[in-house]
Parts: sequence; structure tokens; C-alpha cells
Amino acid sequence: MGPLRIAEPTVFDKSRPGRRAAVFPRPDVPDVDPRAVLPGVELASAPPALPEIGELDLVRHFTRLSHRNHGIDVGFYPLGSCSMKYNPRQAEAAAGLSGFRNLHPWAPDTAAQGTLELLWALEQWLVELTGLSAATLQPAAGAHGELTGLMLMRAYHEDRGDARRSIVVPDSAHGTNPASAAMCGYEVVTVPSGADGLVDVDALDGLVDEHTAGLMLTNPNTVGLFEVEIERIAAVLHRVGALLYYDGANFNAICGRVRPGDMGFDVVHLNVHKTFATPHGGGGPGAGPVVVSGRLAPYLPAPAVVRSDDGAGGHRYGWDADRPKSIGRLHGFHGNTGILLRAYSYLLAHGGDGLANMSAKAVLGARYVAAQVTDVLPLGYAEHPPMHEFVSTGKGLRAHGVRVTDLCKRLIDLGYHPPTNYFPLIVEEALMVEPTESESRETLDGFAQALRRIVAEAADDPELLHDAPVTTPVGRLDEGKAGRELVLRWRPPGGGAAAGGGAAAGGAAGGGAAGGGAAGGGAAGGAVATPA
Amino acid sequence: MEFSPHTADDLEAMLAVVGVTDLDALFDHIPPTSRLGRPLDLAAGLTEDEVLGRMGRLAAANRTDAVCFAGGGAYDHVVPSVVGALVSRGELLTAYTPYQPEVSQGMLQALFEYQTVICELTGLPVANASLYDGGSAVAEAVSMACAATRRNGVVLSGALDAPSRRIVRTYGHPLGRAVAEVACDPASGRTPVTALPADSAAVVVAQPNALGVVEDVRAHAEGAHAAGAKLIVKLEPTAVGLLATPGSQGADLVVGEGQPLGQGLQFGGPTFGFLACTGDQVRRLPGRIVGETVDHRGTRGYVMTLRAREQDIRRERATSNICTNQTLNAVAALIYLTWLGPQGLRDLARNCLVLARYAAERLTAVDGVELAVDGPFLKEFAVRLDVADPHAAVGALHEAGYLIGPVVGDGPAAGAVMVATTERRTRAEIDGLAEALRGVLRELGSGLAGVGASRGRGA
Repeated sequence: MGPLRIAEPTVFDKSRPGRRAAVFPRPDVPDVDPRAVLPGVELASAPPALPEIGELDLVRHFTRLSHRNHGIDVGFYPLGSCSMKYNPRQAEAAAGLSGFRNLHPWAPDTAAQGTLELLWALEQWLVELTGLSAATLQPAAGAHGELTGLMLMRAYHEDRGDARRSIVVPDSAHGTNPASAAMCGYEVVTVPSGADGLVDVDALDGLVDEHTAGLMLTNPNTVGLFEVEIERIAAVLHRVGALLYYDGANFNAICGRVRPGDMGFDVVHLNVHKTFATPHGGGGPGAGPVVVSGRLAPYLPAPAVVRSDDGAGGHRYGWDADRPKSIGRLHGFHGNTGILLRAYSYLLAHGGDGLANMSAKAVLGARYVAAQVTDVLPLGYAEHPPMHEFVSTGKGLRAHGVRVTDLCKRLIDLGYHPPTNYFPLIVEEALMVEPTESESRETLDGFAQALRRIVAEAADDPELLHDAPVTTPVGRLDEGKAGRELVLRWRPPGGGAAAGGGAAAGGAAGGGAAGGGAAGGGAAGGAVATPA
Repeated sequence: MEFSPHTADDLEAMLAVVGVTDLDALFDHIPPTSRLGRPLDLAAGLTEDEVLGRMGRLAAANRTDAVCFAGGGAYDHVVPSVVGALVSRGELLTAYTPYQPEVSQGMLQALFEYQTVICELTGLPVANASLYDGGSAVAEAVSMACAATRRNGVVLSGALDAPSRRIVRTYGHPLGRAVAEVACDPASGRTPVTALPADSAAVVVAQPNALGVVEDVRAHAEGAHAAGAKLIVKLEPTAVGLLATPGSQGADLVVGEGQPLGQGLQFGGPTFGFLACTGDQVRRLPGRIVGETVDHRGTRGYVMTLRAREQDIRRERATSNICTNQTLNAVAALIYLTWLGPQGLRDLARNCLVLARYAAERLTAVDGVELAVDGPFLKEFAVRLDVADPHAAVGALHEAGYLIGPVVGDGPAAGAVMVATTERRTRAEIDGLAEALRGVLRELGSGLAGVGASRGRGA
């Protein structure tokens, strides 16, 4: 990890006045003076203080930053709930085709037939995979899909003159579920999990009534367990006229084998950056298509992709904006189509059989690792077999003064990205492991052995865990300081304002205290301090 | 490709450890009635060569050979090769949200630097680490303003782009948010400063607006503040190569569509949205924020901070539900802006302006073409064409090798068509556009072509 250890200054620290990479010769048209043609317009005295560096140093800077980053390409990344599988380069090659890359979003439909056909075909694949009726590809990420799906549920109820006020989410749910429900104007009702880690269906039965708009559920749930009573859950919801929302974060476990529509769900979002292996990009771009049953289809976002006969034995594709019951728009253009086409190429490569095989191998990988470690890191809930991921508890490590955080940091020193931890909240000292189907048996064995080794080290040499990581460019970082002192942008050494536009920054901030409190009182602009 | 690394021996050994006989048995505990019980009704898998052949045919069915004068939030700017070369590095491309800062310093530092350049472009002291796109960024800013003012209404400029206005309504509907619109002045295309309804949390204007016209941000800020409301500006980010930053003019929140910043056209996605605000609003920001700190040895490092705002901590009380955002696009923008530098941004903005002035002059010299409004513009302007159906004219012009648009859908300039000139356009291309437009107007004016004819091509 040699290069990782070399400190890399910020790109602003490397900036020198007058240095540049981009050059734009004057165009061969008559010159104009901006002040003359923009009368009454307030012009900047200097351009924004962007970095000034040459192209080689630019390339070196970002290359060095990349050396300080772990990705799937670098090593095992068993981050539960995120399906960190191999991102095939063929999808990148497809996305790089100029016909996709250079298409303007407002090009006439006649110029976009290839992309429109692709989007239409992708919707058909998603309909078959989910067992539902119609799809929208506008949402840019899973949480965006959740918001869309909940809006569709709300529109359905409102259209029936049946305003409902609450959404039920399990106590094990992803945080996006309650947050999306609140953004959609719903009160959030939490249903507890039972002793087996599944939704307590009797408790659910007592919670729902004619005010319940729906239930959001991940299946398998966030403990990695399949909700085997899903049909009874659906019946409980349907009896009061409520709908079922399927959070597709864990769809990799069941793709091609179990379909949300067949389980009674009316609306699904899929995370294509999880199940269909589009790159996670360090936190996006993803895409969160939403697929719905027939009764929700009229409310889907507009415009929608439609296909018609072209009168010559083929098809013509276009946008249909005439959707009177539509909830409207969620995206300024057409969604993350460049990501969706990667997902489509992934689906084409797998085919139907390949997808069913994919989910089975994802489940096999998780159970294989679990079988090797759960004697030392017991499952949070052991009554049902885990699916594509398993959640262990590290509470036993506490006897040695060791937390799951320490175990995770030690994993880093052994070359692994840590699993998701401290989630779901219903498992104490949770460690959520999702190996994915991409990883070889040797990688899985190596990881299982690393976990066992660390559990042994916790007893023999807990300081080794407390001090970890030691192989990384920085050790454990002071997050409290980051939150208290709020250095959220680079400032020139010495505290002076940056050149140009930077000087204007504080203007409108006023001295108002921050809404929620802990910020240092007198910091510039209310909250943002200059580094010492 | 072969997606599974498992040999037959591996599978046998792994199944034995798990204690099941075959892959199907892994699903035995799921009720049969919930299982599909049949193969998916989908095509068989393809080789890489076949996949790329299929994708190549689809890509070729798009037509991207027309000279691009289209605008409406997406512009045909140069994307330097360094952007793609660097963001395709696997360490960045295949990482996820930097939950483990010790192994994510590259992405975290890049986002810290990204936040800094967004602060510079907007003239505000705080920025988050990206949102989905410009439209949803407007909606998130409106939510912030509503939370800050404890009001639930918003006044939108009618010259804010139509998709953004629609998105604000979509996001606002479940929350009972009152959304009003102020039509732009029919002559200038500028949004007038008007009295606000009492419940107004914010006014939203675009800079320049959807007609390409530069708004008086300072006047809107004064108007909004006098009514106790926030001013939200949706900024086209290359504009500040020439214009004063909205933050320096009193805007409280500045958002925008990141497409012009090294993203390429890509049919409009993925791009990203940016969001910056005054310092007092930092705890209401949605999504990821990266902050600087130190490790136990005092070494500088970066972490995601103010996490108590976020959905995975605060759940239904979070400032937003956003989780995955558009990180790699934000990093691409940082790389682009670093490549550009301050002088590059200024030169680019100036070249766009100079070309747009020339284009406006040439186009309005064509019979049947006039500027739709007379307000000041930078790289994009609205023309009114003397035709019954402007969509037909756009279609016919595309057949002739030139892409303009979008067509303005509502307001005093409804039916006008947007024309944008990036630094890539040349005098010859502009002259060619003017000639082609002359031909199209002559043809459509004589009734030889109509909507059906111009849309009958393709597929």
C-alpha cells in the first residue's frame, strides 16, 4: 500500500496563478464586448477561483486520489444491502458508444429511436422480472424510486377519494423507507420484528386500519431472511385496502425465482446499481426504476415511453406526455439513461436462465460464508436460513472490550472492505455480510478465515483491533471534530478569502445561528470555519 | 461472459458446506405459492460480442450527426479526455458511499474539493456532495426554504424551465405545498419582482432563465427578503464565467443542473444537481456533506459529516430521503472545472456569448425569424418562427442536419424555440443553420410539409 501512504495535497494547494490546461481560441465571428451587449447586467470582476494547474498534475492528482480508495476492482467489498458485485466492463463499452453518449435529451423522437427502443425493452424485462404491469425509468436512485412509488400509492388512494395518512415500515427497514414516507406526507408507523427476525404479523394486523396507505417491505428483509409469511402479510394489508411496497435493495436474492407481483406487491423499486451491476460510482449515479401493478399504472410519471406500429411492419417509439392522472415528473430529463443502458446490457448478457442462476449463487455465497463463521459470530436471528446476505452479532466481542467497529477496522488491515455494520438496528453490534455471486470460493474462504482470525485476536490481543487500521493513509478520523468545527470547503492558508468570486461568499449569510445547534457560535457565515 | 467464478468442484464443495443438494434447494423454505415455478419468459443470455452488437445497433438507431444548437439545460460543450480517463478508474468507479473513511480518502477528498468549487461557482459558503439533477435540486431547495421559514408556499418564475416547475409540483403535492407561478414579462423575458403571498417560503428564478434571459437576481433577493422568504436561484453554471455569482447578489440557495460541467449529453442522464446555501442553513441540507478533520496522529483527512441530518440516522425526521446521489458525476465536474480553471471558464463563457450574438444576428436576418424576447442573453436565446407548428420546423431542421430546441411550452413566449451556441460551434455552422432555417421556413410556409411529414421519418 505504498502509494496510499503518500499525503496528497488538495488541488487548490497545487494551484498557481496563470497555469492552465484548457485553451479556447477566439471564434471566427465578430467580437463583442460583454459590457456592451449585456447592459444593466452585473458582471463578475473576476471569474470564480477555480484551481489553476496543468493537465499532467491534474491527472496525477486524481490518480493519486484513486490510489487512496477501495473499490470492487481493488478487493472484496461485502457491504450488506449494497450488492457489490463485479461491474462488467462490457456495459461501460456499451455506454461509451457515440450514439448513446452524444444524444441530446431534447432531440426529436425520430433521432432517439435506439435509446427509446432500449428503454421500452428494459421496461418489458423489468415487468417480467417483477411480475407486475408497467414501469417508469425516471427515478435516479433507490430512494428516488421509493419516493416515486409512494407518490403513486398516494395518487391511487386520492383518486378513489380515500385519503390515507400512514405508511407502515418494519423496525428493521432501511432508513430511506421512513424518510421517503415522510417526504410523501405520510405518518410513519413502525411494526416490530418478531423473535425470529421476521415481521410480527399479529402486531401488523393490529396496526393497520382504513387509514393505512401501505406497507414498505424488503424481502428478503434487512436481516437477510425471507419473509415466509408474505402472503399472510399481503392479506392483512389488502383487507384494509392498503397497498404493498417492495424495496428492491435485496432483489439480488430472489431475481428470477420469486417475483414481488406474485407475492402481492403493487409497487417495486429496483436498484440497478445493486442487482444489475451498474457501477456504484462512489455513491452514484445509480438508477431506481419503479414497476407497478395495473391499478397504479395510470399514475406513473410522465412522459412515458410508448411503442406503436410504424405501418411498415416495424415499430416506432416516442414519448407520451398525455397522462392526465400522472403524478408528474421526478427528473429534469429522462432519468439516468446512461446507467439504465448498462443495466440492460447486463440483463441481455445473463438472459432469463442466467438471472435465476445469479440469485442462487448469491444466496449460496452468503450461506457458505455464514456456515464458516457463525460459530464465532452468531447470526442475529438463526431460525430461518439467510438468503443473499447474513447478519451476525458481534456482541460477544464486548467481553474483550472490542466493538464491531474495531473488527471492521481490523478487516481493513487484512485487505477487506468491512461489511455494513450497526445496521439493521434490531441486531446488537450488527455485521451485515453480502458476498455476492461474483466472488470466488478462495475469496470467500479467505474472508471467513480473516473474520475467525480477528475474533481470536479480540481475545488475545484486543489492542491490535483498537489500533486498526494501520495500513491506510489515515487512521481513525475524529468525526466529532469534523461535526463541531465544520470545515466543508478549502480555504487559502492564513484564512484569507480565495481570489475572485470567493470573496463574495459570505454576503447573504448573516450571523444567524444554525437551526440545530452544536455549531461553534461565531464562525464565519454562521457555521463554516476556516482551518487553523 | 461467464459471470460465475465457480467450477463444478467449487459448487459441489460449497453446497456440501451449506448442506443442500443443489442450487434450487436454497429456496426450499419459501412457500411454493410465492415462487415463480417456471423459467423467466426472457431471452437466453448473450456473449459480450453479441451484447455489444445489439447495443451497437441500438446506438446506431439514434441520430447524433446533426450540428447541436439545442439547449434547455443540456449543452454540447467540450468534454476533455481527462474526465473519462480519470472517472473510469476502477478505484473510483466501483466504490460505494464512503462509509469507511480510512479506505475512501480518495473519494472523500474529491468531494471536499467538489464542494469547494461549487461554493466558488455559486458564491455561497456551503455546498453538499451532489443531488440527482437540477430539477430535483430545485425541489430539495424548496423543502429547505419551507423548513427554514415554517411556511409552505413557493412562487416559481414562469421562466424557470418547465421540468423543474413540474418537479416542484410533484414533490410539493403530498405535502400540501402551494405552488404559484409568475409569468415573465412578454417583452423582455425577465421575471418581474412581484408581491408574494403571505405563506411564501421562497421565490425561485433561473439564471439565465429558460428563455436564456439574464435575471436581476439582486432585485429578486431584495423582494424575497422583504417578504421574509428565501431566494432560490437555479444557476446555469457556465454563466458565472461572466456574471456575478448569485450568492454575491443575495441568493440564499443556489442550485443547478450539472450537465454543462464535463458530463456530456448522454440523453440528459446521468448528470448531477448541485446545491449550495448560506451558512445558517447547513443543518437543513439534504444528502452527503464531506468535512475535513484529523486522525489520531493529526494527519488531515476527510469524513462524511453532519450525519444526523440523514435518513440512515434520523429516519422519518431526516432532511431528505436521499442516499445514493451522483457522486461520480460530481467528481467528473470537479475534474472538468480543474481542467477549465478560472480563465478557461471565462474564455468559454465569452466564446459562447460571442457566438450566440452572431447566431442571433444571422438567424433574425432570415425572413420569418425574430427574437422572442429582447432581454440580455448569454449562450442561449429564444426565436419565434413564422410557422404554424414550431415542432414541425424543429423536425424539418433536424432532417437538414441541425438540432435546435426545445420548444417553449407555455407562458408569453410559448411556441418560441431555443437556440444555444457552445464554444464548439463555428461561424460556418451558424451560417449553415441560418441557411437551413431559411429553407425550412420557405418549405413549411408554402404548405409543402406539415407535422406528419416531418415526423414520419425515423425508426
